[in-house]
Amino acid sequence: MSDTANLVEINGLTFLREKRAIFSDLSLRIPKGKITAIMGPSGTGKTTLLRLIGGQLKPDQGNVVVDGLGVPGLSRKQLFELRQRMGMLFQSGALFSELSVFENVAFPLRVHTSLPDDMIRDLVLIKLESVGLRGARDLMPSELSGGMGRRVALARAIALDPELMMYDEPFVGQDPITLGVLVKLIRQLNDALNMTTVLVSHDIDECLSIADHVCVLSGGQVLVEGTPEEILKSDLAEVKQFIQGLPDGPVPFRYPASDFAEDILFAGKSGVSV
Amino acid sequence: MLDWLQHIGHRVLSVVAGLGRSAQLLIAALFGVGYVLKNFRLLVKQVYVTGVLSIAIIGVSGLFIGMVLGLQGYSILVDFGAEEALGQMVALTLLRELSPVVAALLFAGRAGSALTAEIGLMKATEQLASMEMIGVDPIKRVIAPRLYAGIIALPLLCILFSVVGVWGGMLVGVEWLGVFEGSYWGNMQASVSFIHDVLNGVIKSVVFAFVVTWIAVFQGYDLEPTSEGISRATTKTVVHGSLAVLGLDFVLTALMFGDF
Ligand SMILES: Nc1ncnc2c1ncn2[C@@H]1O[C@H](COP(=O)(O)OP(=O)(O)OP(=O)(O)O)[C@@H](O)[C@H]1O
Ligand SMILES: [Mg+2]
Repeated sequence: MSDTANLVEINGLTFLREKRAIFSDLSLRIPKGKITAIMGPSGTGKTTLLRLIGGQLKPDQGNVVVDGLGVPGLSRKQLFELRQRMGMLFQSGALFSELSVFENVAFPLRVHTSLPDDMIRDLVLIKLESVGLRGARDLMPSELSGGMGRRVALARAIALDPELMMYDEPFVGQDPITLGVLVKLIRQLNDALNMTTVLVSHDIDECLSIADHVCVLSGGQVLVEGTPEEILKSDLAEVKQFIQGLPDGPVPFRYPASDFAEDILFAGKSGVSV
Repeated sequence: MLDWLQHIGHRVLSVVAGLGRSAQLLIAALFGVGYVLKNFRLLVKQVYVTGVLSIAIIGVSGLFIGMVLGLQGYSILVDFGAEEALGQMVALTLLRELSPVVAALLFAGRAGSALTAEIGLMKATEQLASMEMIGVDPIKRVIAPRLYAGIIALPLLCILFSVVGVWGGMLVGVEWLGVFEGSYWGNMQASVSFIHDVLNGVIKSVVFAFVVTWIAVFQGYDLEPTSEGISRATTKTVVHGSLAVLGLDFVLTALMFGDF
């Protein structure tokens, strides 16, 4: 790894989905060795941002640089090599449905290392234990609850001890006890293994409590970034609204639509069908 | 009028773009041969899923088609007093045409649609995306073994179809309708040429296997990741696969048997 202060640098990024700009001229830095929380209203493109960093989507303009490498310009082979150093927890978990919990977590180890079987077994059990699911190793993904599935996916994502770990909403569907454990786990992984963490989450309290750096996105732009204290003190109306969770304010709660009353009253004319 | 032209243009462009994407996928998957050989287990599993699990439907269909050929052939040939030629008629019809074509049609319905739905569901549930993020190319790990397995399995199923069909024809012709068994097998042996009939049939089957499996994996990989998208793609696999088989069969037959 080169020793610049930022592991990920995003410069002038523009990304369109069917002509609608999700990001326009976005610039963002993810400092190395820290936990960066990305927050923002649903649908602003947080998941999209993670996919751009992982090279699964290509920006229309601008560049995404991870550890000095321009992701959009990499060859397929280089991209897959870079991804071995990244871990990503998908919002949906995305476990391999034909493999058991154990084999799901073992998968990255089996394909990228030539460790002997008993070592893989130990590593998998350590990872499963850290998410509290060592006892579920023989279950199939279809037999897990949503929250359990996401924890197994987390164990799989950290199996190779990646340098850059991206979590897409890891706290969704977790009970308060598990949630506390996960928050601690994310912090521990980051510090003990010297990882760089990107954490996407709506849980403001959790985010602000473990993040070193917070970045609030809205409308394709970085609204504000800084330490959690700075975010809490921010005077911007949008940020205040977001942190206090108020429906009314400068950030629209709704997806852009025509006037509500008009929509209801003249429903027949616009041809509503189910 | 202009709208209509625009619509046509749109369709043409999207078809061409689709062909381009499918060619890209095919080339990438074919180049995955090294990965498939290194992870031979993956190939074996897919040959089992696409091939071995299709044996029942192929065997039963082969038997019935052979029996029908025996009946129909007998009723035509007996008018000319040529029922002794039943064996060669059944064998040639099966080897040259019916086995490769019917086996491929059944394969598209049984294994092709399953491939599309499986890959499509892996895409819809982000399994392919998460595999990519783990640093494993799903084209090599998921698509390539399935493509090669299809190309291996269908020709074998086609041979099975012929064998069972010939036996079915014998059951009806010899056991039931009383054609002399020696002439059933003897005429067959004398008239079937290994290169012209057996090999050509297998070549056809390899081509069909290639095209049907290609269509199936492409439809799965390229579909829109929704339940509707999956159902549409599965239908497309069967429809496009079957049409491709029938169209190609004409072309191949003209090339192989057209030089009178
Ligand atoms: N496959 C797609 N095709 C078209 N538009 C898409 C697609 N995926 C996402 N979008 C659009 O991109 C925008 C950003 O989506 P994204 O999933 O990144 O949001 P998000 O910030 O992760 O939201 P959430 O917090 O609800 O997960 C959304 O407005 C969505 O409508
Ligand atoms: Mg999201």
